[in-house]
Amino acid sequence: MAASANGQGYRVIGTRPVRHDGVDKVTGRAKYGADYSFPGMLYGKVLRSPYAHANIKSIKIDKAAALPGVKAVVTAGDLPALADKMEQAGEMAINMSQLSANILARGKVLYDGHAVAAVAATSPHIADEALRLIEVDYEVLPPVMSVEDAMKPGAAILLPGLRNKDEGPDQQTNVATHLQFKRGDISEGFKGADHVVEREFKTAMVHQGYIEPHNAVGIYNSDGHATIYCSTQGSFVVRSLSAAVLAIPEGNIKVVPAEIGGGFGGKTTIYLEPLSVLLSRKTGHPVKLTMTRAEVLRASGPTSGSTIRCKMGCTKDGKLVAAQIWMAYEAGGFPGSPVGAGAMTIVAPYNIPHLLVDAYDVVVNRPKTAAYRAPGASNAAMASETVIDELADKCGLDPCDFRIMNGAKEGTPQTAGPPYRRIGFIETVEAIKNSPHYKSKLEGRNRGRGVASGFWFNVGLQSSAMVNIHTDGTASLVIGSVDIGGTRAAQAMIAAEVLGLDANDVRPFVADTDSIGHTDVTGGSRTAFATGWATYEAAQDAVRQLKERAARLWEKKPEEVAFSNGQFTAQGDGVKPMTVKELAGRLARTGGPISGRATVNARGVGPAFATALIDVEVDPQTGKVEILRATVAQDVGKAIHPSYVEGQMQGGTAQGIGWALNEEYFYDDKGILRNSGLLDYRMPTCLDLPLIETCIVEVPTPGHPLGIRGVGEVSIVPPPAAVANAIANAVGVRMTELPMSPPRLLKAMLNKRGGAEAQAAAAGR
Amino acid sequence: MAKKVVVEATINGEQTEFLCEPRQSLLEALRDVLELTGSKEGCLTGDCGACTVIVDGRPLCSCLMLSVEAQGKTIQTIEGLAQPEGLHVLQQKFLEHASLQCGICTPGFLMSAKALLDHNPKPTEGEIRYALAGNLCRCTGYDKIVRAVADAAQTLASGTRKGSAGRLGSGPSASEQTEQFLQEQEVK
Amino acid sequence: MINSPAPGGLWALHAINYESPKTVDEAVKLLAAHGEQARPLCGGTDLIIQLRAGVRRPEYVVDIKNIREMRRIEFSMQHGLRLGAAVPCVEIYENGDMRKYYPGLTEAAHLIGSLQIQSRASVGGNLCNGSPAADTTPALIALGAKCRVVGPGGERLVPVEDFCTAPGRTVLQAGELLVEFQIPSPARNSSDAYLRFIPRNEMDIAVVGVGASVTLDLSDERISEARIGLAAVGPTPIFAREASQALSGKRISDETVERAAQFAIAAASPIDDMRGTAEFRRHITGVLTRRTVAKAIERARSTQTSR
Repeated sequence: MAASANGQGYRVIGTRPVRHDGVDKVTGRAKYGADYSFPGMLYGKVLRSPYAHANIKSIKIDKAAALPGVKAVVTAGDLPALADKMEQAGEMAINMSQLSANILARGKVLYDGHAVAAVAATSPHIADEALRLIEVDYEVLPPVMSVEDAMKPGAAILLPGLRNKDEGPDQQTNVATHLQFKRGDISEGFKGADHVVEREFKTAMVHQGYIEPHNAVGIYNSDGHATIYCSTQGSFVVRSLSAAVLAIPEGNIKVVPAEIGGGFGGKTTIYLEPLSVLLSRKTGHPVKLTMTRAEVLRASGPTSGSTIRCKMGCTKDGKLVAAQIWMAYEAGGFPGSPVGAGAMTIVAPYNIPHLLVDAYDVVVNRPKTAAYRAPGASNAAMASETVIDELADKCGLDPCDFRIMNGAKEGTPQTAGPPYRRIGFIETVEAIKNSPHYKSKLEGRNRGRGVASGFWFNVGLQSSAMVNIHTDGTASLVIGSVDIGGTRAAQAMIAAEVLGLDANDVRPFVADTDSIGHTDVTGGSRTAFATGWATYEAAQDAVRQLKERAARLWEKKPEEVAFSNGQFTAQGDGVKPMTVKELAGRLARTGGPISGRATVNARGVGPAFATALIDVEVDPQTGKVEILRATVAQDVGKAIHPSYVEGQMQGGTAQGIGWALNEEYFYDDKGILRNSGLLDYRMPTCLDLPLIETCIVEVPTPGHPLGIRGVGEVSIVPPPAAVANAIANAVGVRMTELPMSPPRLLKAMLNKRGGAEAQAAAAGR
Repeated sequence: MAKKVVVEATINGEQTEFLCEPRQSLLEALRDVLELTGSKEGCLTGDCGACTVIVDGRPLCSCLMLSVEAQGKTIQTIEGLAQPEGLHVLQQKFLEHASLQCGICTPGFLMSAKALLDHNPKPTEGEIRYALAGNLCRCTGYDKIVRAVADAAQTLASGTRKGSAGRLGSGPSASEQTEQFLQEQEVK
Repeated sequence: MINSPAPGGLWALHAINYESPKTVDEAVKLLAAHGEQARPLCGGTDLIIQLRAGVRRPEYVVDIKNIREMRRIEFSMQHGLRLGAAVPCVEIYENGDMRKYYPGLTEAAHLIGSLQIQSRASVGGNLCNGSPAADTTPALIALGAKCRVVGPGGERLVPVEDFCTAPGRTVLQAGELLVEFQIPSPARNSSDAYLRFIPRNEMDIAVVGVGASVTLDLSDERISEARIGLAAVGPTPIFAREASQALSGKRISDETVERAAQFAIAAASPIDDMRGTAEFRRHITGVLTRRTVAKAIERARSTQTSR
C-alpha cells in the first residue's frame, strides 16, 4: 500500500473501472424504491392541504373509509403526540413534534400541500378516489409568503409557541433564530476601505429536482417489527426518525435502502416512511406510498429563498478589509433553514479581518425546507461573490488575481471554528487561470465571462464497513452508505487497493440497518471521506488477519510478515510469497473465515473549495442567456474514481446554472404553488448546457489515510454568482435577484439603457 | 370497479397479452402489470422523459399513452435493449463514460438515444442535445451522456464493438476528452 | 391547461371507457351520443394530463388516431394542403412537402415539447386544446388555414383564427370533430416562418409565439400579402389583422417591419403569469414579429429558385 497520499503509486485508486452496479442500471434491472412489490401489497396516498395557512377544525374520514377497496385512513390523531422541544433522535437534535406535524398536520396546516391524512387501498386509483371523500373543515388564515412579510410587526403568526432570544419569552414571532458572527471591529474595518460596495439580493426558493419522487414500502409484522424499503440518503436516519415519530423502539425497525434516484440532500429526512409503517400496522398488509411530482414540489423540502444585504470594503490595492452581512432565509412552515451555514460560508474563501454577520431563520407558509447540496451556501455566494467582482473591477484587478490575493490558506481564521488547516482554495483559482477556457479569447457582442468561488465545510460523522474474504480470494465489502452517484465503486476501489486486488474482485454491497453498523447519511460530502476511511481501515483489518494466517503457515510471528504489492512475504528459506488469492483458499485450515471490520467517527474533515468560470451570451432584446462554456475547478483531496468526481463537479455546476437562470417557486397571492410541475419549474435540459470542463485539484486532507476531501457539494455554490458576473461583463448590468430569468434581465437592461432610448435600442438596431 | 380489457402487443420482441383498465397508462401497465419496472415515473406530465419507450419506432412518454392504445403495437422498453450476447453499444458507452450517477434517468435516455441513432446515425452534438432535450437528468449535467451517445454513434458507424461491460482500465481525462470532442465537433 | 392539482396531487384517472372508431362518422356518432361525457383522444399530451388533474372527467375517451381520413397529409400545387387533424408532429416534419412548402408550420410542429411529445402530439389536438399558447396555431393563422369540422348536423369550414373562443374553449359543439385543415397552395415568392420565445431552449410553453407568412411581388422588394398570427398574448390565438395589413402592398424596409411590429404589440392583450409579465410579453411580441417577418421574407426570397 503506497504510503503517500499524493497519488503516487496507486494501482487502483485514480483509475476508471466500470461501476459494479452499472449493468443493472443500464438494463433497468436495478430496483429503486418504487419498483418494489410484495404479495398483498396495498397502495397509500396522502391528502394535502389546498390552503397555505389554516386551522384544521375537523376531519371526517367515514365516507372515505367506507369506499370499497379502502383498508385504512389515518390522520395526526393516529400518531403519538411528541414534545415540542429539541430532542435527540439517533444522532441528531430535532424538534420531533414539528417533524411529526410535518408528516401529518396537527391542528394547523402551514403550506399548500401540507399532509393532512393518508389512506391505504387495494389500488392507487381507489386510494385517490378515497382522498376526494375525506372532508376537512379549514379555517383559512392569511398566508405569509416572504421573510419581509413574516418579520413585519403585526404579521400573522405561524407557530403560536415559537420564541427567539432577541424578542423574549412573551413575544410571538415568526423569527425562529437570530445568529451573529463577529470578528474584529466592523466600523474600524470600513474606515480602512477605499472602495465599498453594498447591495441587497433576493434569491427565490428552489428545489433539489431529483428525478425520482419520494417512496416507501412499509411492512409491519404482528411481532411489532417493521421493515421499510425506501429510496433514502440515510437508512439509519429513516430508522431513528420513523421510530421516534411512531414511538416504537428504534431496533424494531429495519430500513432496507433501495437504489435511489437522486437526493442532493432532499432525501435525508422522512415524509412517507412512517406513514407506510402506520398504514401497514393498521391494515396488516405491506403498504406502498409514492409521491407524484406535484407532491414533491409542493410538499417535500425545497431550499430557502432569501434576502441578503451584503456590504464589503477593500483598499485601493484590492485587500479586503471588512464584510457586513444581514441575511434572512425562509425556513418554511417549521424552523430550520440553513441560514447558519449561509452565515458561516459567505466569505469563507477569504482572509478578512473585520466581519459582522446577522442571520435570521424565518418561518413562512412554504414547505419545510430541507438540505440542498451545500445548503445555504449558494444563496450567500450569490451575494458575496458578485460584490467581490464589483470590488475587483473598481480596483482594476483581474477577478482571479483578486481572489488569490485575498485567498484563505492554512492558518486563516474561519467565521466559526478553528483556523483552516491545509486547504486548496487558491489552487482552484490558479487551476482556472491555467485552464484552456480561461486562456481562450471570448469574442462577440453581448458576450461575457464571469468567475466565482465557493466553500463548503463537508462533514465526517460515523461510518461502518466490513470486508469479507472469500475462498476464491475475492472480497465483498459491506457498507451502510447509500450509493447515489457511484460511491460504491470508489469504496470497492479503496478496499481493492489495500488488499492488492483488482477493483472487479471486490464486490460492494449497501446493506440494511440490521446488517451493518451505524452509518450516517450519504450527504455532506462525507461518503468518500468517512466511509472511505472505514473501508480503508476494514481492509487493513482484513490484511492484519491475513498476515496472521500467513505467519501460521510459515511458522513465523505475524510481525515478521510483510504485505506489499499484493503479496505476503517473510524472510527465510522456503517462504514463497503468497497473494491474497493464494492465501484465501487456506483460511479454513488456518483458523476459519476472515472478516475485516472498522467503524469510524471521522474527524479532521477537510473543507472543499470550488471556482467556476462561465461564459455567456445575452440576447439584448429578450434577456435570454445562453451558457457558452463552463469550467469548474475543485479541490477534492484525492480523486478515487475520477469519472465520478468529474460527474459530481459537473452535476453541481448544472444545478447552479439552473438556480441562476430559471428555477424558482411561483406562489400566487393566496399562497398556492402555481408551478408544481416540471413544465414550469424549469430545470436545465440537455439543450441548455454546453460540455462542462473540469479541473480536479488534489490538495490532500491532512490526517486522512488517502487524503480524501469530500466532493459532492461545493460545485453548486459558485455558478449563480459566476453567471451573474458573466452577465455583468456581457451587458454591463448587475443582477441582484435570482433567478436571472429573461423578464428580469430584460427589465434591468432596459432600465440601464433608460426610457425612450431603451425602446429604440431594443427595437433591434 | 372498472372493467379490464385484454391488450395484445409485441413487447421487446415477444407477443404479449395483458389485462388492464383503460384508465391505466402504458407506463402503469409496463410497471405494475407486466413487472417491467425499468421505465420510471418522474413527473406524469411528459416533462422528464424517465418513462420513455419506443413504440412503432418512435420514442414517446409512456405516461401519456393509455395502456389500451398499445393494442397491436410494437413496443421496446429498456429491458429489451440488451441482447443475450451482450449490452447494446449505447449501454456499454454509458458505462465506460460514467454517464450515470443515480441512474434513474438512464433507461429513458438510452431509449431516446436509441431512437435517435436509429433515425440519424451521425448526429452532431447539437442534434444529440436536441434529441435528448426531453429527458431530464439532475445528476450529470449531461456532459458524459452526450459524449457517450456521440461515441456510440461513432462506434456503430465504424462497425466495431469495442469490448464488453466490466472492462477495467483508465480512460482519457475529462479535459482530454473535451479537447478531442471539440475537435471532432463544431465548437459553438 | 392545468388548474390546481386534484387533492391527491395529479395522479390517477377516474374510470373511463375507451372507444376506437375507424371512421369520422363513427366518431361523430359517439361524440354526439355522449356529449359532455366524451372527449376525443389524439396524442394525449394534453388530455391525459387533464384527466389526471381532474380538470376533465369524461366517461368516454374516443381515440381518433385510427381514422385514416384524419391521418393523411395530401398536398398538390393545384389544391394546396389537406392536413389531417390527427397527424402527429413527427410525421409533419418528416414529410418533404411540408418542409418545402410550409416551413413555418413545420418548424412550429418541431418545437412543441420534446421529440417524445412530437411523436404523439398533433396540430389538431394543439388547436382543440384551446390554449392561446399553442405553437402551431399562429403558423396556421399565417397560412390562412381553414378547419373542416364534421358534426351530427353536417360539415362546416371555420377559419382557424376564429376557432378558439376563450382559454380552453373552441367553437366545437357537442358531437363535432375537427377532421382536417385546408391550407391554400403557397403562392410563388411566398413563405412562412414561426418563432417563439421560451426561457429555456426546449420543453417550455411559448411565452410569445409569432407566425408570419409573406408573399413578395416579382421584384422581391415589395410584400404583396402578409398574415401574422400571435400566440400566448391574449385569451385566444390572435390574427393580427392590422399588423398584416401594415405589410401588405408595402416596400420591404425596417420602417415597414417596425410598423407591423407596433401593430402586433397593439393587437396583443397579454396577462401577467408565471411565464412572463404583460410588459415583457408586449416587448417580446415586437421583437419576435420583426424577427419572424424577416425570416419569412428571407425564405420567400430564396424559394423562388428552389421551387
